[in-house]
Amino acid sequence: MSIVPSNSQIRASRLILLTLSARSFLGADFARDVLPVFEKRCHACHGPAVQSSGLRLDGPEAVTKGGYSGPVVTPGNPAQSRLYRLIAGLDPKLAMPPAGPRLTPTQIAAVKEWIVSGAAWTAAARTKQSAKPAHWSFVAPRRPEAPQVRKTGWLRSPIDAFVLRKLEDRGIEPSPEADPATLVRRLHLDLIGLPPGAGVVERYLADRDPNRYENLVEELLRSPHFGEKWARSWLDLSRYADTEGNESDFPRPYAWRYRHWLIDAFNRDMPFDEFTMRQIAGDLIPGATVEHRAGLGFFRNTLSNREGGADIEAERVEQVVDRTNSVGLAWLGLTVGCTRCHNHKYDPISQRDYYQLYAFFNNADEVNLDAPLPGESGDWLRRRPEYEKKRAELLGPVAAGIARLQQTWEDKVRWAADNPGKDHVWDRQLELLGLQWEQGYGGGQLEGVSVLYLPRDDRTKRQRDHMQEMFLGRGSVVDPETWKRLGLAEVSKKLVALNKEYPPMTQAPSIVERAHRRRDNFIHLRGDFRSRGVAVEENTPSALPPLPSDTKRNRLALAQWLLAAENPLTARVVVNRVWQDLFGRGIVATPDDFGTQGARPSHPELLDWLAMDFREGRWGFKRLLRTVVRSSAYRQASARRMELDTADPTNSLLARQARFRISAESVRDAALFVSGLLNPAIGGPSVLPPQPAGVTSESLYADWVESTGPDRYRRGLYTKMQRTAPYPQLLAFDAPDPNLMCARRERSNSPLQALTLLNDPVFVEAARALARRVLIESPPVTSARLDLAFRLCFARPPSVGEIDRTSSYLERETARLAGLPASAAALAPAYIDGIKNSVGAAWSMLASGLMNTDEFFTRE
Amino acid sequence: MHVAQYIERRDFFRRTAAGLGAIALNRLLAQDSAADPLLVRRPHAKARAKSVIFLFMSGAPSQLDLLDPKPLMRKYHGEPMPQSMIKDLKDDLIRGSARVMASPREFQRYGKSGLEFSELLPNLGTCADKLCVIRSFRTDNANHTPAQFLMNTGSILAGRPSIGSWVLYGLGSECRDLPGYVVMLSTSQGKGVCGGAANWSNGFMPSHFRGVSFRNQGDAVLHLSNPEGVSAEMQRGRLDLIRGLNGERARITGDSEIASRVAAYELAFRMQTAAPDLLDFSRESAKTLEMYGIGKEPTHTFGSNCLLARRMVERGVRFVQMYHSSWDDHNDLHKNLNRHCAITDQPAAALIHDLERRGLLDSTLVIWGGEFGRTPMFEVRRGNTPGKEGRDHHSEAFSMMMAGAGVRGGQTLGRTDDFGYHVVDQPYHVHDLQATILHQLGLDHTRLTYPFQGRQYRLTDVHGNVIVPALA
Repeated sequence: MSIVPSNSQIRASRLILLTLSARSFLGADFARDVLPVFEKRCHACHGPAVQSSGLRLDGPEAVTKGGYSGPVVTPGNPAQSRLYRLIAGLDPKLAMPPAGPRLTPTQIAAVKEWIVSGAAWTAAARTKQSAKPAHWSFVAPRRPEAPQVRKTGWLRSPIDAFVLRKLEDRGIEPSPEADPATLVRRLHLDLIGLPPGAGVVERYLADRDPNRYENLVEELLRSPHFGEKWARSWLDLSRYADTEGNESDFPRPYAWRYRHWLIDAFNRDMPFDEFTMRQIAGDLIPGATVEHRAGLGFFRNTLSNREGGADIEAERVEQVVDRTNSVGLAWLGLTVGCTRCHNHKYDPISQRDYYQLYAFFNNADEVNLDAPLPGESGDWLRRRPEYEKKRAELLGPVAAGIARLQQTWEDKVRWAADNPGKDHVWDRQLELLGLQWEQGYGGGQLEGVSVLYLPRDDRTKRQRDHMQEMFLGRGSVVDPETWKRLGLAEVSKKLVALNKEYPPMTQAPSIVERAHRRRDNFIHLRGDFRSRGVAVEENTPSALPPLPSDTKRNRLALAQWLLAAENPLTARVVVNRVWQDLFGRGIVATPDDFGTQGARPSHPELLDWLAMDFREGRWGFKRLLRTVVRSSAYRQASARRMELDTADPTNSLLARQARFRISAESVRDAALFVSGLLNPAIGGPSVLPPQPAGVTSESLYADWVESTGPDRYRRGLYTKMQRTAPYPQLLAFDAPDPNLMCARRERSNSPLQALTLLNDPVFVEAARALARRVLIESPPVTSARLDLAFRLCFARPPSVGEIDRTSSYLERETARLAGLPASAAALAPAYIDGIKNSVGAAWSMLASGLMNTDEFFTRE
Repeated sequence: MHVAQYIERRDFFRRTAAGLGAIALNRLLAQDSAADPLLVRRPHAKARAKSVIFLFMSGAPSQLDLLDPKPLMRKYHGEPMPQSMIKDLKDDLIRGSARVMASPREFQRYGKSGLEFSELLPNLGTCADKLCVIRSFRTDNANHTPAQFLMNTGSILAGRPSIGSWVLYGLGSECRDLPGYVVMLSTSQGKGVCGGAANWSNGFMPSHFRGVSFRNQGDAVLHLSNPEGVSAEMQRGRLDLIRGLNGERARITGDSEIASRVAAYELAFRMQTAAPDLLDFSRESAKTLEMYGIGKEPTHTFGSNCLLARRMVERGVRFVQMYHSSWDDHNDLHKNLNRHCAITDQPAAALIHDLERRGLLDSTLVIWGGEFGRTPMFEVRRGNTPGKEGRDHHSEAFSMMMAGAGVRGGQTLGRTDDFGYHVVDQPYHVHDLQATILHQLGLDHTRLTYPFQGRQYRLTDVHGNVIVPALA
């Protein structure tokens, strides 16, 4: 376009001037000149249906309240009215409307005139809100009556009536009960994540007790492995890992304490309400002990960043966002994360709702607590005096100097915290204290800064000591000369070495509500915490039942609200995930989205019945599982029924059970278990089983020092999760990315899974061990050996066809290996008297073959 | 969600599932719903590129010493930076000593187009007429990990699917005996990649979309070789046993997943044969090996990876990403740059020439660059000796290069100011690069979406525009 205006352009602008002055003279009529503009050009985004940035221009609150950034109209002053500035194009960053042609000069002038004359909302009442019925999941469940069915003999539980009624309505028969051996294996894999041990199925089959099924269920619910299986889904929800993520991905040597707490909680059958309160508000429960507060480890699996130059407030905000989203997903089944930046596109959750929920977590600080396991503290305490003595010997000679300098240092760092940007040297000291507190020990992000504001006497011994260590490690700027004179650099080095000799007692990562210097809560415009919108307070989403008006608004109130009878989501969301674990698919197929874009429940009444039964059964978790696994619906066979492929291709009607691959961890567990290698120890720190060299060095700093002895054979649950280089076997089998919360794992099928099970030394070793076990434990006849191998792997004897295949395979491989002594020696299990290498090696190959069949890692 | 068009499914199953009981198999196939997720799908539009080779220069190369000459800076060398430029600078460590660091490197014009490359890239210079150099990229974060995640996954937060996963999800894989998305790592100083495997993660997608790392030690692909003592015949025998037992089970359960399982095992077996063939350079001419610098230092490793990349593309691998670490030269920049360039310049150029020579460049998009740029100022940290300074991270302006598959070579796009500090003309964002890569593959970045936790996710989030001027 030419820079010199054309004649027609000049004429046009004159015309505008004329129009403007005419308007000013005549005055704008709101109902005639202004409101239609709003209706036509603004209401699509700022109207009854959608309120972008919290603004609606269809009623007087457009003037009085405005949007998330505050009022948009200053009556009498268009230049100070955001509304006018944006439509007139006076703001270089943003213009409204954002799409389509600009408003005409006449329209702009009318709005301006309306503001000048006081911005009175003189039109009739605002547009009516459309009266759509509430989304199903936002209406609290009521306990439905079990429906009438014809085939009453099938009913073992009210669950069955709901399932059967749907089938009968469509003229579909349920599947017959699975055979007993399949049921035993299914129950084992579902309840404890391990296949049945040797002889378990045989004993079950021989059992004449009519309650043998129920007895087995009770036995498994009492197993200490029960907690291991059910803890895993909460580790997925909280994005558990043993390292901090980001570039340096420092270890969190005590992250496992939360896992330990989960296993224990499930094994003790902690009621779900207590389980919820401890995980969300353990520190606020009256008389809270460490065991209450260790549940808050749920929130400590967010990533941390210790990289120089990381913006510590930005990192903190990211953690609070993650916590908010975790609660949304794990308890509410909602994708609240969308509303961090804008009102939800589909669900009735606004950006205001989001920051009200966020506010519950915004004043919780990260803290690590002394949380020894039973039997640990005695030993630790016995060594402590020795440590204290050595520490005193080291620091004693310079104690007075240190105390004086540290006081000044702390004062200056506090000053920097209160006066950011004034002195970059002290800004940096503050940053280091915030980023590097207990680095390598999994200390909290900003924990050092919170401790700085604790009066000395309120600090724990550990906090006092570590503050001194932080000061000695980084504080030389306070007075470099005295520092040198006292030789503090050397003292600091020795102190670090001393601390390595005497590791701290087990820590529980937790959070604690801060009492002082509480942070304000406000809407982050467009999700950016630097763009402050209007102030908000702790509150629950407005589309859900309100908090009781008389409670203090804190995390404890939030937890109680999640558990309240009026809450329509929590119980449904939890029972749905359990159903997903036991049927391969939830009643709501999208356990991570109960909103309007999520799947509708296949059996809405059943979901509600389960939710009510769960709550009214005092939130008993084992009780819930017992109810489901005892049902006829659960006990059905899983074989595919071709005649249903078109009627119900996804099996949502539950005319059969599901057949699906077991989890990444269970694949490992099953191989170690059947071969007899599994170390069944429960709980405790993570372990580092063997993995191919070089995997960990793909990330920047990580290191993998293999565990030795029985720790190499722990269950997959205990494998150290390094965020930047996760354990390959777990990844290959769809263990979730530990940086994301996950309510539903993928179940993929890939050649890398095949290569892992065929060739990974862990599985090769398991195959050899299984071969050895079979050769030792079975009578020395091929048919008996095959029988034992099949029973160990599949909980059933081989079929005639399978005996044919496997025995001829054994013959072929034995003959082949007889001519390959080196191969035979490499593959044969450890020496067994009277067994030739070629025979042993052929059995190793067969054992591997069995452990690679689909059935081995499938729950049927 | 994009409409995935499955082609050649039947053919695939016919080839791979032979051996299952014939009746069970036919019934499974007749009603099969568990399609192979990596089957080739039609793109949204006509594709220029079939494959991508992304030479990711991890750690951020110094654009001022390589691709974006600033002769005027010489006059100000050692002087304080103009305050107007650095007033928003956050890192006080640098602001305290923000003096201009002019590049000592000479730049030279290459080819008909006269594109400028520094003395450090004489070989890439010979590709000038094929390269489009874009000097005006900016990104959102100046820390390595988030910036690498942004480049490779579209988000500064860990956990999103990487660009190669998106491409496999959108297009499937044309290669039936190698992974469709391969990652190769190399290093100048023994350091790995910031953020590690999350850069080639499948994020919330299933794991078959994950980048498979070809490794320099041990097996090229994890667990590729048979266990000690297991010969190829024994492996085949073991697989036949597994297939037979799976067939028996399929007859009883009628589960079509078992057919997919059998197919995956057969693919694993083919990978075991195909990968050694891929890695076997014995039929490459001496001239080719020499061109890539294979068999001599310091180019051997990177050169081998470049040649492997070409051989993968020949075999239909869809997305190859090489990570060379680390260009993060806070200290001793000049010496380190000599080393990084001595390692990478010749092989990278050889790759482009070789692709062209074999007619593969028309269908292969080659990208070269890092996660951000470096500052025009000295970075003086404690312990730095004069002459051994480096440059710090810089997210406001950096350069990248593209070639092949519809890229208009021999041109420079975008301009930075006289200090290379800010972009002053034709600004581009990392999301624009991603949109362009997908576009050349025939994928519309606004339509390639994946549903997760209630939202339709995109590689480019809600951003990104195709860099039209870069395309022929």
